[in-house]
This record gives sequence, C-alpha cells and structure tokens, in this order.
Amino acid sequence: MSESISEAAAPEVAAVGLPSVRGVGAAPRKRNDFLYYGLRNKKLVFGLGLELILVLVALIGPMLAKYQPLQTTLPLQHPGSQHWLGTDLTGYDMYSQLTNGLRESYLIGALGAAFAAVVGMALGFIAGWRGGWVDELVQMITNVIVMIPSLVLLVVIGSYLSSRSILFEGAFIGLTTWPWVARAVRAQTFSLRGREYVELARLSGKRPVSIILKEIAPNMASYLFLAVILLFGSSMLIAASYDFLGLGPSGTVSIGWILNQAENGSALLYHLWWWFVPPVAVLTAMVAALLIANVGLDEVFNPKLREQ
Amino acid sequence: MSVNVQNLSVAYRSRLGDVTAVDDVSFSLADGEIMGLAGESGSGKSTLGNALVFLDPRMKATGGKVTVDGRDLPIADNGAMRHKRMTEVSLVPQYAMSALTPTRKIGRLINDLLKSHHIKNRDEVLTELKRRLALIGLKEEVLGKYSFELSGGMRQRVTIIMSTLLNPSLLIADEVTSALDVSTQRAVGEMLLEFRDRGYVKSAIAITHDLSILAQIADSIAIMYAGRLAERAPTSVIVDNPLHPYTQALLNSLPEVGVRHDQALLTGIPGRPPSLANPPAGCRFRERCPFAFDKCTQTPPFEEIRPGHLVACWKVSQEQTAVTAGAGQEQA
Amino acid sequence: MRRYLTRKLITYVLAFFVGVTLDWALPHFMPGDPIQGMLSKYNVGSNASYAALYQQFSSEFGLNVPLWQQYLNFWHGVLTGNLGVSIYENPASVTSVVFQAMPYTLALLVPAVLLSYTLGNRLGAAAARRRFLDNWVLPVGYIFQAIPYAGLALLVPFLFGSLWHLFPTSLGYSENLIPTFDWTFISSLLDHWFLPFLTVFIVSLGGWAIGMRNLVIYELENDSSRYLRALGASERVVRGYAYRNASLPQLSGLALQLGVVIGGNIVTEIAFQYPGLGSLIYKAISNEDYFLLQGIFIFIVIGVLLANFIIDLVFISVDPRTRLSMQGAAA
Ligand SMILES: Nc1ncnc2c1ncn2[C@@H]1O[C@H](COP(=O)(O)OP(=O)(O)O)[C@@H](O)[C@H]1O
Ligand code: SF4
Ligand SMILES: [Mg+2]
Repeated sequence: MSESISEAAAPEVAAVGLPSVRGVGAAPRKRNDFLYYGLRNKKLVFGLGLELILVLVALIGPMLAKYQPLQTTLPLQHPGSQHWLGTDLTGYDMYSQLTNGLRESYLIGALGAAFAAVVGMALGFIAGWRGGWVDELVQMITNVIVMIPSLVLLVVIGSYLSSRSILFEGAFIGLTTWPWVARAVRAQTFSLRGREYVELARLSGKRPVSIILKEIAPNMASYLFLAVILLFGSSMLIAASYDFLGLGPSGTVSIGWILNQAENGSALLYHLWWWFVPPVAVLTAMVAALLIANVGLDEVFNPKLREQ
Repeated sequence: MSVNVQNLSVAYRSRLGDVTAVDDVSFSLADGEIMGLAGESGSGKSTLGNALVFLDPRMKATGGKVTVDGRDLPIADNGAMRHKRMTEVSLVPQYAMSALTPTRKIGRLINDLLKSHHIKNRDEVLTELKRRLALIGLKEEVLGKYSFELSGGMRQRVTIIMSTLLNPSLLIADEVTSALDVSTQRAVGEMLLEFRDRGYVKSAIAITHDLSILAQIADSIAIMYAGRLAERAPTSVIVDNPLHPYTQALLNSLPEVGVRHDQALLTGIPGRPPSLANPPAGCRFRERCPFAFDKCTQTPPFEEIRPGHLVACWKVSQEQTAVTAGAGQEQA
Repeated sequence: MRRYLTRKLITYVLAFFVGVTLDWALPHFMPGDPIQGMLSKYNVGSNASYAALYQQFSSEFGLNVPLWQQYLNFWHGVLTGNLGVSIYENPASVTSVVFQAMPYTLALLVPAVLLSYTLGNRLGAAAARRRFLDNWVLPVGYIFQAIPYAGLALLVPFLFGSLWHLFPTSLGYSENLIPTFDWTFISSLLDHWFLPFLTVFIVSLGGWAIGMRNLVIYELENDSSRYLRALGASERVVRGYAYRNASLPQLSGLALQLGVVIGGNIVTEIAFQYPGLGSLIYKAISNEDYFLLQGIFIFIVIGVLLANFIIDLVFISVDPRTRLSMQGAAA
C-alpha cells in the first residue's frame, strides 16, 4: 500500500505558495459560487484592486511623464511639482523612470510566466500522463535544472553577451523556473489520471492529447491559474535581481536598473531616498498584490479554506 | 433508553442560506441496540451521524435535544463535547480511509489521543487495545505501522478499534463496509456485532446506503429520505413488511445481496430527491411517490403506527386509522 | 532503498555533469574571445607582440589543444581542484580565492536560511486559523515575501546605516583592521555581518511563514484532523499533527528555494560589498576574470548539491513514506 516516493513528495510546491495536491474540480455550475465568494473575499478584492491600479499606472503613467526616462534635466531635485518623484544624480526624472520600469516589470513578469507555464505544463502533463520512464526522465531533468544556480548561470552567460533583450531575460527566467510548474502539474495529472471520467475517456479510445486538454486541464484550471499568478510575481522579482546586477536588458529602464543606479550613485550616502524608496515600494506592492490575490483566489476555489 | 434524539435539525451554512440536511429527526436506541440508518446518498445520513459527535464549523444544530444514558449531550458546544467524544459518543467516519494521519505510527496516534483525554491508566487501556487487536485477528505490529502501510480493510478495522477503545455509549459507524470487498464487508460487520456483544459499545448507529448489510447486523432500521426519517422499525419488519412507499421502492430495487448500489438505487422510480437547500413543502417523497394524493402537500408526522414501527406517510396513517376505525366499528 | 538512492545519486551526478559541462562550454561557445578581451586591456603595440602574447595566453590557459582535450582537461582540473589562476588576483589560484570568500557567504547563508526557516514555520503555523495573529503575520509576511532582494539591500542599510548609524553598511570588517583572532576583529566581523544577514533573513522569513500558514490550514481542514477532533483530541494535538504533516512539503520547498536564496545572497553581498562569493562574482565580472567566474560556478553547484543531499537526508528521517518505500524496495 505504500505510495511512491514521488507522490509523497508531490505537494512540495506548496511551500513556495502553491496549494498542495488536493481534489480540484471547478464544475461549471459552481461558477456563480466562485463569483459570489470572489467578490466577497477581502484578500482577492484588495489584491486584484491594487494590482489593477498598478497596471493602470504602468499603462497610463508613462504618457503623463513630462520627460523621457533617459532625458537629462536638473540633477538631485527633490520630489515636487516639477519632478513628481525628484531627479537622480544625472538629472533623470524619477517619475518617468519608475512608470517605465513598472511597464517593463509587467512585461518581464508576463514573459517569464508564459515561458515557464508552457514548458512546465507540457513536461508536467507528459510526465504525469505517461508515467514510467518518461516520468522518471522528466523528473530527473526537473531536479537537475533546480540544482543549477540560475543567477550564476546568467552571470556567466551575461558576461559574454554584449547586449541582451527583454525577450532574452523573460525567456531565461521562464526556462529556469518551469520546474515549479512541472512538478505541480505532474502531481495533479497523476492524481487526476486515476479518476473515473478520465479512465472512461481513455477506455473510449480518445487520444491522450485530447484527454489532457479536455478532461484534465479544465479540472486543474484553477490550480494552474494560481501557479501562473505566482510565477508572474516571482519573475518580476527575479528580473529585479538580474537588472540590479546589471544583467538586465540593455538600454531599457527597469526597476532593478534604477536600484542599480541608486546604489552606484551613492543614493544611500546622500540620503536620496526618492531615488530608491518609490521603486522598491512599487515593486513590492506589485508582487504583494499578486500574492494576496492568489491566497484569496485559493480560498474562493477551495471552500474549506474560507474564513470561518 | 440509552440514546434519545428529539427533533434534531442540522444545517450547513451556505451562501444561499442554510441547507437543512437533517430536518426534525427523532429516534431512540435501547441499550445494546444497533440501528441501521439507510437511504440514498445525500439524504443526510452522515450529517446526522457527524452531528451527534462533531459538528464542524460549517455545520450548526438548528434545533433538537440529544441525551445519552439520560444525560444531555451538548452537541452544539464544541468545548463541552470534547471529553465526551470517544468516551460517550464516538465516530468511525465515512472517510476512514484517509482519517489516519500519514506521519505518525498507529500506536503513537492512539497514545496521543489517550493523553489528550487525560486517561490515567493508559497502560491498561493499551493492554486492552492489544487484546482487541488480537480478537479481530490483527497483529500487534500494526501499532508500529503507518496508515499507508495498511490495506483498506485493516485501516477500517483500526479506525473501529480506535474509535471504540474507550467504550463509548454510542458509536456512529459511517459506511464502514462501503469501501471494502464483499468478504471483508462481512468480517467488519461481524466485528461490530462482536464489539456490541462484548459491551465495547453500548449502542450503535450503522450508516450505509446498502440495505443488505444492515439486514445482517442491525436490530432496527431507520430509513432516511431528503433529510427526514421516513420509516423506522425492527429489521425484520422493514425487510418483510415495509409500509412507507419509499422503503418499499428501496427494497424492490434491491439487487441480489452483496451487490453494491448507490445512485442507481431507485432505478425503479423516476426522479431524484429534492434539493435540501429549498425543499418542497409537504411530503418530500411526493414527486416520486406513486401513491401521492392531495393530503401529501402537508408534512406527514413521524408516527408510531404499531409498537416500535414509526412511519411518516399520509397513506399509511390513513389506512391505519381506517383499520382501527373498522376494528372499532366491528366491536361496536 | 537502492532504487531511491540510485535515483538520487543519478540526479546528483547528472546535475554535476550538466553544471560542469555548461561551465566549460559557455565561454567556448559564447560570442567573443576571452583572450582578445584580456589583451585589449594591455594596449599591446605591435601585431607581432600581440600574436606572441596571444599564443602565450592560449597555452597558459590550455586553449591551444583540441576542444575535446580542453574539455577533458577541464574535468581533470575540476576533479583535482585545480581550476587555474585568477586573473585579477594573479598569481593566486582560483580555488584559494574562492576558499577565502566562501566562509563569508556561508556565514550569511546558513544562519539566514536556518533561522528564517524555523522561525517562519513557527510563525506561520501559529497564525493559521488564529485571526488575531493572522492579521499580523499575513500582511507582514506578504510584504517580506514580495520585497525584492535588491530593494531590501538598499532599504536596510539606508535605515540602519545612513539614517540611524547603528551598523556599518559595507565590507566584511573594518578597513583599518587586520584579520586576527581577537575580540576587536570578531566584533567588527559581527557588526558588518548583521545587516546583510538581516536582509537575506527577512526576505525568506515571509515566504516560509506564509507557506506554512497555508499548509497548516490545509492540514487542519483535512480528514485526519477532522478525525482527531471527532475523537476529542485537544486542539494542541491536532495542531501538532498538522504541523508535522505540513513540514514535509516545506522541507522539499527548502530544496527548491535554495537557488533563489543563493541568488538573493549574491545580490545582497554585492550591495553590501560583503566579501563573499557574491562580491567575488562581481569582481570577476568587472575584471573579466573568466576563470574565476568558472570556478565560483563550480563551487556553487557543489554547494547546492551538498545542501540538497542534506535536505534529502532530513526528509528521509522525517517522512515515513519515503523511508519505508526505501526499505520496502530493499526487502
Ligand atoms: N459542506 C456542505 N455544505 C452544504 N451542504 C452540504 C455540505 N455537505 C453536505 N451537504 C448537504 O447535505 C446533504 C446530506 O449530505 P450527507 O449527510 O453527506 O449525506 P449521506 O451521508 O446520506 O450521503 C447533501 O445532500 C448536501 O446537499
Ligand atoms: S405521504 Fe404521500 S407522497 Fe409521501 S410517501 Fe406517503 S403517500 Fe407518498
Ligand atoms: Mg454519507
């Protein structure tokens, strides 16, 4: 009766915030329930609301800027009516830089999450569905990727590349974080595979791809959604680290890059708080809003977690 | 009467208001009685059973009174119930297969439970535990095992032993045979009887959607439909001479003994049970009842038609009055 | 047992193989020529001396033999610990430079990881389904979890250093001290250690607390907790069991998170100019010291493998399913 090791270790992703393995099934008739509880879930409403505001700022903010992000004006201006968020040592307008950085963060978040989701889901589904040596192999690859320190890898790669694009950064992040998705999807597929309706579909001779797409994927839609949200947030954080180290996209303004400039420009020494506090606060809010919405959504999808 | 349940109602909180899954249910159990509780899935059997032991936060008792051995059982008061659980009332849950924690050995789990109940003579209880394990043919080694090392049948037996270890007055055994193969079903059924005979449990409610197993172990049977009791009588009466149309349909649709049936139970009768969120007025079986007539739009009382035989059906009570009236006329 | 261990062992060996191969291959197949880059700094006058120097460097770094031989030589170097000479700390060997920096990194990483893990788990478990504590732990946890390392590595020194002058904000010890084993030096070490440690600690703390909180809530709602309650177990026992069960996924999460924490540690070290491997990486990049970079990479891979191995051992000792399936396979 002993469960396999892989199953025992399955809920691991929970530790990074994903829900652990459990029955998920979002029957359509429950849609109304989701909406009802969704609108009443304080965490979800707060998280989504905050995120929405920030997305709007990212979309509209740069248009309102009086200066280009890399246009030199008067240096070291305090925040005020001329420069809403002040200027840095070079004279760059921090409002313009921050709103543009916000945009880039969302872009990177989306790219990273998309790459990770596609690779992770494909491999996770295949491993969970086929089992056997295919599963073994995919797990092995997953575990190996997890053990290669991605930041150091990027340092090595980055130091040889003369210029890097946003797409490159997004792809790199996605291609080093997909194991989180793959593990979760694999475990879920594994447990769903044994369910009656999947069994039925299989016996009726449906093609695996169509079973995965039509029977399994919809049943873990809520789960995947949560996973992608988290990836979105972690991609933005990872990108901030890369950009801070000067490994980010060349010639663009990102939040990590602003922090890098602040560090190099001795912002701490001269107490130029407006140079780095707003970017840190904004990025933290962006990610925290996602995390909060994520937990809220989890409670909506999973009645047992609702507050009592 | 060792157990007395009066007008018990239990509801789940839901966004559309309360779902009353147990509605005005009354019954009592004599010392040593095993009552079977049968009905389609979703009729409220587990809710009733759980309510008597552990109301989880999503449930609430909306009315009624329960006594065990003449003492009040404060089912709505979680704190007051805690030390009555396992000692006065106990539960073998429907989810017994997943009820045992995966990271503690069975023996350790039991020991922790005893400590939690501040049992003083723990060694004696543990000796007794081993005796009981031996009685049903389990090796003492199971105490050193984790739940996932046990087969389904073993897990089921271990939960029964755990739940009855402190000799509760009332045991709720929820679907203890449903997950098992036929031969194990029989063994587990006999185990319940044996435990009752030895006084490990004073009385028990055996919940199942499988009437055939009840015929073997229950002294009396209560039939539940859509949150209410439809009929209650000694086992032989229910089996040979059921009065409620629903019981009759249930028995008619019964396949050979031992064959499992669940949703397909009432293939003979079209329709499905009404929603408990918003149940229709009157007899809840009305829409499916071949005998329904105008009076059935009112709720039929759960009446004692004959000694020990209670039925909630207008047709039955009318026939009964006709018979007694007829008898009265003859006498006159 | 054998099957489980074999699988683990293969994974480790494979990861090491992939790591070393990547480490070797990247410089070889990336655009650009490291030696050319190096020589461009020397301002070599004539073409002839340039060619001579190029030749010399090529042979010094073993680049004048066929690729496959370079690859084998690289492996030989890795396995014997001979990773060449650091360019910027010439003539110190890469290995010795790395070993000098390593204690600083470990001194940050190990306490930060262990403390944030244990404290975060306790906090999260305590907050689960307890409204008052949850109202505090949850929001603070989210903020900690969501704050970028680079951001905290600026905020912490800004607050504790620039504004409040509580702790030094850069380097590993006072510049005017010479490393000796005396109290002045050790207290200077601790002083300089505190803020970078705090930075790495805080970011991880939030993640562990929230992860544990969510897991414990799941556990408290599952069948085994319900059964315990139905049998009258005290809430303390129920929570104790929930904590134990939730620890397993947290522990595997620790293995998964290592890469992220190491990345954060590097960022933090660089921001604080703390003399660990992270700062060394930074120096290696700015001095185009590719051999040093390669060496650091290898050591970090080895470190991650070792940490994974330790976590595996702990996991086996905590999770009976894994342990027994190992014994089962051996029987
Ligand atoms: N968590 C819940 N929330 C709302 N309603 C519930 C919940 N659980 C059960 N119910 C309702 O209670 C009814 C009885 O359920 P249950 O007692 O489990 O039935 P049985 O044990 O007879 O199969 C179900 O039909 C369902 O409508
Ligand atoms: S009360 Fe009426 S509807 Fe209900 S069972 Fe009896 S005859 Fe049928
Ligand atoms: Mg039930």
